[in-house]
Amino acid sequence: MKLKLIRQTGIHVILAAGGALMLLPVIWMIATSFKEPESIYAFPPEWLPHPFTWSNYVETLTRPGMAFLDFFRNSMTVTVLAMIGNIASSTVVAFAFARLRWRGRDALFVVLLTTMMLPQHVTMIPVFVLFKYLGWIDTYKPLVVPAFFGAPLYIFILRQFMLTLPRSLDEAARLDGAGNFTLLTRIMLPLSKPALATVAVFAFRAHWNDFMGPLIYLNSSEKFTLAIGLHMFHGQYGTEWGPMMAAATLTVLPMVILFLIAQRYFIQGMAMSGLKE
Amino acid sequence: MSTREEREGWLYASPWIIGLIIFTLLPMIASLVISLTDWNLLTPPTWVGLGNYKQMLFGDPLVWSSLWITTKYALISVPLNLVVSLCLAMLLNSKVRGVSVWRAVYYLPTVVPGVAVALVWQWLFNTDFGAINAVLHSLFGIKGPNWLLDTRWIMPSFVFMSLWHVGAATVINLAGLQSIPESYYEAARLDGAGPWPLLRHITVPMLSPVLFFNLIMGMIAALQTFTQALVMTGGGPDNKSLFFMLYLYSNAFQWFKMGYASALAWLLFAYILILTLIVFRWSKAWVYYEGGVRS
Repeated sequence: MKLKLIRQTGIHVILAAGGALMLLPVIWMIATSFKEPESIYAFPPEWLPHPFTWSNYVETLTRPGMAFLDFFRNSMTVTVLAMIGNIASSTVVAFAFARLRWRGRDALFVVLLTTMMLPQHVTMIPVFVLFKYLGWIDTYKPLVVPAFFGAPLYIFILRQFMLTLPRSLDEAARLDGAGNFTLLTRIMLPLSKPALATVAVFAFRAHWNDFMGPLIYLNSSEKFTLAIGLHMFHGQYGTEWGPMMAAATLTVLPMVILFLIAQRYFIQGMAMSGLKE
Repeated sequence: MSTREEREGWLYASPWIIGLIIFTLLPMIASLVISLTDWNLLTPPTWVGLGNYKQMLFGDPLVWSSLWITTKYALISVPLNLVVSLCLAMLLNSKVRGVSVWRAVYYLPTVVPGVAVALVWQWLFNTDFGAINAVLHSLFGIKGPNWLLDTRWIMPSFVFMSLWHVGAATVINLAGLQSIPESYYEAARLDGAGPWPLLRHITVPMLSPVLFFNLIMGMIAALQTFTQALVMTGGGPDNKSLFFMLYLYSNAFQWFKMGYASALAWLLFAYILILTLIVFRWSKAWVYYEGGVRS
């Protein structure tokens, strides 16, 4: 009993030490964002903001050319549209792989698994050229439209989940005269909610955090997303750590809130994506 | 098999198949063609044959230095992350109350946007006012180095920073650990096996497919390191953090040398492919698939 207690305490101590290292950057970011310049450049550095001030946030949000509220809205627009595209297309494709029988299915599934490992940088330049010819540069189309063509990881997660649903459901539905579309929308989708939630949070994270896409496709600053706006802020006010950490905190906050709400789905999805063999 | 089901199968899979053709297959072919030209997107491309490849392999020392920097980073950070994530996963798998809170804490950094990560770490690494040197000073009385400004410390800085995202691999390992039947351990304990043999002969072999997955994905990601380098250092000091992807990006989107950048993309692609194949071959010696036959 006593030995068990020692062991338990030991585990907590180690995990707490590592956990402190994990939280330190976030705490440092938030603390700096509430500090006056004098305490930001104090030596030795101070951990807690004293005196506490909102001025960095006021500065960040009112700086000319840095429309952070607009960046926020732009990020939200792109993320929600791309997320809808990812979910809609990946569900339909996953259904084809999990529930329908067609020649070439298994071979194509291997292709799908392979493309998950394919480095994106090879296709980056030709795809950029394609979008340039379509006149899509400096619009949100390059960030949103490709999402409507399914994403291998999400197709994989949804397919694995649909495979676990009993076949008898399909047969019952077919006996009632339901076609594939009815089967997918009325039976598969409601039952796949956990997997859909996982895909939704993953897609949200991927598009909210996307950096390379907005970096190469967006030119005018009023169209910037948060990630790229933050990068511009850094380029222009590189050493003003107070306002910059306020801007970073504003960028990180939505993701942290989403993580706290949907933690279960993040962790489930991560675990699932590793368990393919 | 009805032809109707056949048709509908292709129909339902078509978004991905069309996307594969438009956004992957055709661009890959186009990329090969572009790499044989000189093209700034403003004037028509001119055919240069293998000129870009010659220049890249024999006339551009930055290609080799950036490839070496990227390789070195992958060689150090990937195994380090693998070992740390395995240890963490075993700790998080122990039946201790409140352990799920720690799991969330370790996973949290992986949801933070890359640009914000880079900015926060740049500030943490600040020589005079950063948190890391403050900790070193107050705990050990050491004066910390100029992390991001010193050619000797730039690589350790990036490796150190990579550990902040160890949570992703940890969660995957943890799921793997939870799928190992408890009975294996019980049987081994009955035979008198201690903690080390349990780790060596049950945990690691049973977890090897998951470790292998983390190794491959970690390697591919590390070889494409970009955001941190662009935001934190822009490749400096003295090009010591000029990662390959950053050099490729500069060629393509700052200097608009599309042909040359495409050749660079193929070099990196070939490099990643070869390394992946080597790891796959090597994995046959140590990855154990339940129900599979070991060759």
